[in-house]
Amino acid sequence: MAASDKTTSASTKPRLLDRLPVLHQLRQSVGLQRGMLVFGLVLTGFFLLLAIFAPWLAPYGYDQLRGPDGLFGAQQPPSPEHLLGTTVGGYDVLSRTIWGAQTALLVIIVALILSVFIGILLGLISGYLGGWLDRVLVVIADAIYAFPSLLLAIVAAIAISGGQSGLWPGVMAAAISITVVFIPQYFRVVRSEVVRIKAEAFVESAKVIGASTWRIMFVHVLRNSTRSLPLIVTLNASEAISILAALGFLGFGINPTAAAEWGYDLKESIGDVSAGIWWTAIPPGVAIVLAILGMTLIGEGLNDLADPRLRARRRAGKQTPADAVAASQPVTREFMGEVE
Amino acid sequence: MTTDVAPLDQPPAFLAGRRSKSGGTLGRYLLVRALLMIPTVLILVTLVFFLIRLTGDPITAALGGRLPADQLQERIHEAGYDRPIIVQYIEYLGQVLTGNFGTTLTDNQLVTEVLINYGIATLELVVYALIVAFIVGIPLGMIAAAKRDHAPDAALRVSAILFYATPVFFAGLLAKLVFSVWLGWFPVSGRAGVRTEIALNRQDGTGFYLIDAIASGNPAYVQDVLLHAVLPAMVLGLATAGIFLRLVRTNVIGTFNMPYIDAARSRGVSEYRLVRKHAYKPALIPIITVIGLQIALLLGGAVLTETTFEWQGLGFQLGKYLASRDFVAVQGIVALIAIIVAVTNFVVDAIAAFLDPRVRY
Repeated sequence: MAASDKTTSASTKPRLLDRLPVLHQLRQSVGLQRGMLVFGLVLTGFFLLLAIFAPWLAPYGYDQLRGPDGLFGAQQPPSPEHLLGTTVGGYDVLSRTIWGAQTALLVIIVALILSVFIGILLGLISGYLGGWLDRVLVVIADAIYAFPSLLLAIVAAIAISGGQSGLWPGVMAAAISITVVFIPQYFRVVRSEVVRIKAEAFVESAKVIGASTWRIMFVHVLRNSTRSLPLIVTLNASEAISILAALGFLGFGINPTAAAEWGYDLKESIGDVSAGIWWTAIPPGVAIVLAILGMTLIGEGLNDLADPRLRARRRAGKQTPADAVAASQPVTREFMGEVE
Repeated sequence: MTTDVAPLDQPPAFLAGRRSKSGGTLGRYLLVRALLMIPTVLILVTLVFFLIRLTGDPITAALGGRLPADQLQERIHEAGYDRPIIVQYIEYLGQVLTGNFGTTLTDNQLVTEVLINYGIATLELVVYALIVAFIVGIPLGMIAAAKRDHAPDAALRVSAILFYATPVFFAGLLAKLVFSVWLGWFPVSGRAGVRTEIALNRQDGTGFYLIDAIASGNPAYVQDVLLHAVLPAMVLGLATAGIFLRLVRTNVIGTFNMPYIDAARSRGVSEYRLVRKHAYKPALIPIITVIGLQIALLLGGAVLTETTFEWQGLGFQLGKYLASRDFVAVQGIVALIAIIVAVTNFVVDAIAAFLDPRVRY
């Protein structure tokens, strides 16, 4: 929706800078929306840097228990050696918080690649070919979609790892559990776009020319049905972090010796909090909040800009016919939290 | 832009087509919608069954290291877990149909008993949270829509996103730390103090502690129960309120662009009345539908909130069974929650159809 309304009027091809997904929207935005988008990009960038450079930024390893002067000790308050103290297990809180960004990033990447790939494929096949397969897939997707995503992820985590595990098995288990939750979302979005697009004239003409079904599906329809995906990807990235943390919090995390995971550290800190120990709970928690916040702000910004009714305008009276059409339609897409 | 996209939250086209031919009365709509619950529940129960069985039989998972191999084999054989998976699946479906969700391995309780004993505590928490969410989320969403793109809107939206970004368990830990440990205003965890809990359990009431406490007539119990409820209710409620706020805001802004709002404004209707009376009601229909979906989210959040505050509800029990790897209990509770979610969604759709005739077509 966002990309199309600017490019249609221009006869010349827009510059590359205007066509990049996020940059285009950033240039389009004004006021608060721009502020939110910029802040979101800054937070997400910070999170990415933290994840990539964790080995150099973290003062200690995620599973390091002893320094040059012997054991760190458990539940030590913040000191010059341990800027944020140590956990009940005797790890350095700051180091585990920094390393946690890496784990979260890995899980997001794997989960999003898997769910986008499978979701698009199923949505495309289901929407274009139709028939009984379509009906069955829609009923299954709807059933899964209505179910609490956390519970589904728990069941998937049991199936995949049977509980705790090492870094890669743990990352894969968490990522696949999240994928199971996300596939129906991509499936629904792509399918509804495909159903709409396959009635368009250019698909008819492709058929007349004699293009094969596969060619129409993957060349003509697919390219036109992925417009709203960047939006869902950003929102799902933030949801992936919260599901990962929730799994860790319920004890389906990754072993502390295999990787640092924020949810696991929070679970360990429940007892500390009751004893008034603040430094074990707050750093991983704040890390989760900032990471989710960054990606949610980007997603929100993109969502607002994609929806003409919500887009803040530079000046009044800049209504296009597309805005009027969108305004007269009931709200079908609500990109908030669980709801698509 | 063509508008022939069938909204996905409605029954699939083959059912919709059959319906529209005969006019689409409310009764028929409800019947079709009720029948659609069956495949939904069936799919979820099947999915959960096979996913959990992927790890092997539940007895090995729960008691693996603790029993010698021959005893383990004996118990597996007794429970019938050594038969083909399809036979077990059909037997399981039959049990579910008769309302038997299995017996927990670790403490030998019927899963339905667990639901009755602890579900009421979860219900109590969810009711409190919904009250907080409605009181906070809906009026603030209307304010944000009315003051769109001005300071109050900006402040409300940013805080709504902040609430959304904070996982309920971290919000719970923070609230515990600040309000219970540092300030000492509220108890740290649990549903009631020890003495209150004993007294309330003895009088054999509903299990809904607030109702029981009021029934007991002792104001000290009521106060105790309410004090324990404040933090969990606020934590879960505010997380949900953030979602309600955004939902109300988007929908009210959507209806604000309608011609009839311009017409009302040109007749001199005040801005307050426009929001309160004209834009709010049509915006309610999608809100009701989405709130139905939020019930599922709320149940997921309840699991985490209960674990954080040691609130002895269904989610807390689920966490305990997960920790002890009792997958029969996990499977039973998850299947029951699937049914609860399906029924809730049906009720919500029925309310939406009742309020808005357009939904029925």
